[in-house]
Amino acid sequence: MSRIKEFNLPDLGEGLTEGEILAWLVKVGDTIELNQPIVEVETAKAAVEIPAKWAGVVTKIHHEAGITVEVGRPIISIDTDPGAGPVSPDVPAPSAESLAAVEVAPAEGAVEPGMIGGPAPGGRTAVLVGYGPREASAKRRPRISTPSAAPVAVTAPAAPAVVAAPSAPAVPPPAPVRSGPVLAKPPVRKLARDLGVDLAVINGTGPLGSVTREDVHQAAAGGATQPATAPTAPAAVFDASREQRIPIKGVRKLTAENMVASAFTAPHVTEFLTVDVTRSMKALEKLKARREFAELRISPLLLVAKAVLLAVERHPMVNSAWSAATNEIVVKEYVNLGIAAATERGLIVPNVKDAGRLSLRELAEALNGLVRTAKAGKTSPADMAHGTLSITNVGVFGIDTGTPILPPGESAILAFGAIRPTPWVHKGKIKVRQVTTLGLSFDHRIIDGELGSKFLRDIGDFLGDPEAAILAWT
Amino acid sequence: MAKGERKAGGKPPAPADGAVDRIPGGDAPAGGFVQLLTPDGEHLGSVTTADGTTYSVDFTDEEYRGFYRDLVTVRRLDAEATALQRQGELGIWASLLGQEAAQVGSGRALRQQDMAFPTYREHGVLYCRGIDPIMPFGLFRGVDQGGWDANEHKFNGYTIVIGSQTLHATGYAMGVTMDGKTGSPDGEAVIAYFGDGATSQGEVNESFVWAGVFNAPMVFFCQNNQYAISEPLERQTRIPLYRRAAGYGFPGIRIDGNDVLASYAVTRAALDNARNGQGPTLIEAYTYRMGAHTSSDDPTRYRIASEVESWKAKDPIARVKAFLAKQQVADADFFAEVDETARKLALDLRERVLAMPDPQPVTMFDHVYPNSSPEVDAQRKAFDEYHASFEGSGH
Repeated sequence: MSRIKEFNLPDLGEGLTEGEILAWLVKVGDTIELNQPIVEVETAKAAVEIPAKWAGVVTKIHHEAGITVEVGRPIISIDTDPGAGPVSPDVPAPSAESLAAVEVAPAEGAVEPGMIGGPAPGGRTAVLVGYGPREASAKRRPRISTPSAAPVAVTAPAAPAVVAAPSAPAVPPPAPVRSGPVLAKPPVRKLARDLGVDLAVINGTGPLGSVTREDVHQAAAGGATQPATAPTAPAAVFDASREQRIPIKGVRKLTAENMVASAFTAPHVTEFLTVDVTRSMKALEKLKARREFAELRISPLLLVAKAVLLAVERHPMVNSAWSAATNEIVVKEYVNLGIAAATERGLIVPNVKDAGRLSLRELAEALNGLVRTAKAGKTSPADMAHGTLSITNVGVFGIDTGTPILPPGESAILAFGAIRPTPWVHKGKIKVRQVTTLGLSFDHRIIDGELGSKFLRDIGDFLGDPEAAILAWT
Repeated sequence: MAKGERKAGGKPPAPADGAVDRIPGGDAPAGGFVQLLTPDGEHLGSVTTADGTTYSVDFTDEEYRGFYRDLVTVRRLDAEATALQRQGELGIWASLLGQEAAQVGSGRALRQQDMAFPTYREHGVLYCRGIDPIMPFGLFRGVDQGGWDANEHKFNGYTIVIGSQTLHATGYAMGVTMDGKTGSPDGEAVIAYFGDGATSQGEVNESFVWAGVFNAPMVFFCQNNQYAISEPLERQTRIPLYRRAAGYGFPGIRIDGNDVLASYAVTRAALDNARNGQGPTLIEAYTYRMGAHTSSDDPTRYRIASEVESWKAKDPIARVKAFLAKQQVADADFFAEVDETARKLALDLRERVLAMPDPQPVTMFDHVYPNSSPEVDAQRKAFDEYHASFEGSGH
């Protein structure tokens, strides 16, 4: 057996594929004992110490701390017989008696089949328990190929001439003489039933002459293999003339791609908060009465936007992006505040650039302009680019709240629901108050529940009493 | 009774719930527990519970040394298993670290004819049953399904599904009664092991019902190690676990699970009650899992370090060592010899684990039924042919 042994990172917890080296507890040249802790490794499940598998002298540390290593890769080399003199550092030198005793595959040097940790050529590693290096496990042993292994004979004894040419699947075989029941999978049977197609009259093109989904559709559309269907069939449930087909393109296509990308990469969490906004509504009335706002159309959205911007100042981390490419979280000091808008072309999210620097009046102007441009269908790509955080005003549709999906590249989006007169406990008595529900979705990779909650809480605090919040925060 | 109010030695008054109101080291939970050997190694001789039952042990010096040897050995083997898992030689390991006394005490209390139903952590009980300690390693290495004969050793296979073995044990115990093997001092009894988390399972509660109603000759031995993986005890129960037994109509008692003598004495008495026809008993062994739930778990994510440290002071082995040294029934040579013997056993175990052959995949069909069945035979044949279809399959 070779003197220098490589220890490969094992699967430390039932199906893990990698681990990060946290710290080496030994260094090259150290003499170590069996089971002496040598390295701390953190996996997706736990941070653990790995004890030395062999006693000896450390000859090589393969990966420094901070490196993430795939399971099955060597992490340390140990000279298990240091008393025997120097060895060539690169080539494991099997001694003659160990070759005679144990080595099984001399042609491949140090391979020890069945021995975990046995170094092996071609990056392949022999493993016993429950795991293997990725590339090795992806390979399958080739099947022994014999002509008889081709799945023929059993298929359709009535049509041997056809099945003898399995390499031409595109050409459907001629109709076999069917003697037994029709072969079709249950979903295909249901499809046929839904479309009013009789399976018995279809020539199946699937394996063993089974009827496929395509066969059924073809038959339903009056395909060649379909004999004249009974005119007495029940009223068609499938009627192409009563369906409208809209090409997927433009904003719809972009929206769909964005939603799918966002929903399946950023783990979303949504929290809700119901708030008494009566004071905000009163503040809005006061603003409308002021000369500065005389020309402007202002709505509760303005105060929600202001609340979000002030809350971002208090919790800058929510205004950030996950950059998988660079393995970084990008925290932005500017807020490009997106406002989701329903337009003829579909959903768009233009944003107010650097909204955090705007005065309330400037913010109102910007929001007015943004909505006007969107309604006119004139929103430019630049208006929609580089958003950092968004608001979706589902309240305008009379909806209470929702669980919004994050625009790609953003980490938080606030849904702002309808404001309704609602019985509410106010100063210990039930009063009719103006109440709304806020829904905040955030990227759980970046924002923990605590941060998201505090952020939403602050928005709620502001809307509950904007004047006090401004005095307290600014 | 306030914690620590009563000094050891006085006659304890009757506490309300059948536990012992004796708190010698100030280390007992509210309500007390049966303790015969304090964390400092003081042997209390005997202890009487509220219902008047007196528990005592009086072993020979050799027997006391034997307990120590068992405790050290099972801890050493467990440590080797943990290392082997970290080195990639076992897929997973459930460590018993901290629970040695509960297992060795109750394991040694079993008589030859008694049947035990373990979880996957009862390596100490397995050792006490005289089973080769290599046996669970095959299971956790994935090369066999736990290779011991449950009938021969009166020790059922490790059960992974939480709590299900309590139903098997109850059924078995009811069978013992039907066979007429209870009602005498040499009758049979059954013990079922489970943890605090398992008490939230339906199976465990069902088995309590059946065992209570049918007066099954059994002992429910709950090792309350305080955590159901990561869930602390307060999320499993609003009352001490041993008091649940009252609701099912049989006695429950709490012991210091880190005291091997209390574990032995109370288990032995409960088993004898069972074999004499007195029905089941629930024993709650109040202990602490010093390690992770399994090798896949990181306990630092849900436990604070100071809690672990406080339990280190209650170590089940240190107190036996202190007792042996104080009583001068063992010396440094003895302790060194026990350590060395355990070390050799562990290294021997390591060698044997590394030498375990990989099974042929087709052997998985071998133990589905004791005798062949046409269906399984057909499956085996098809599977064999499938494997033979690969190059280098060696068939």
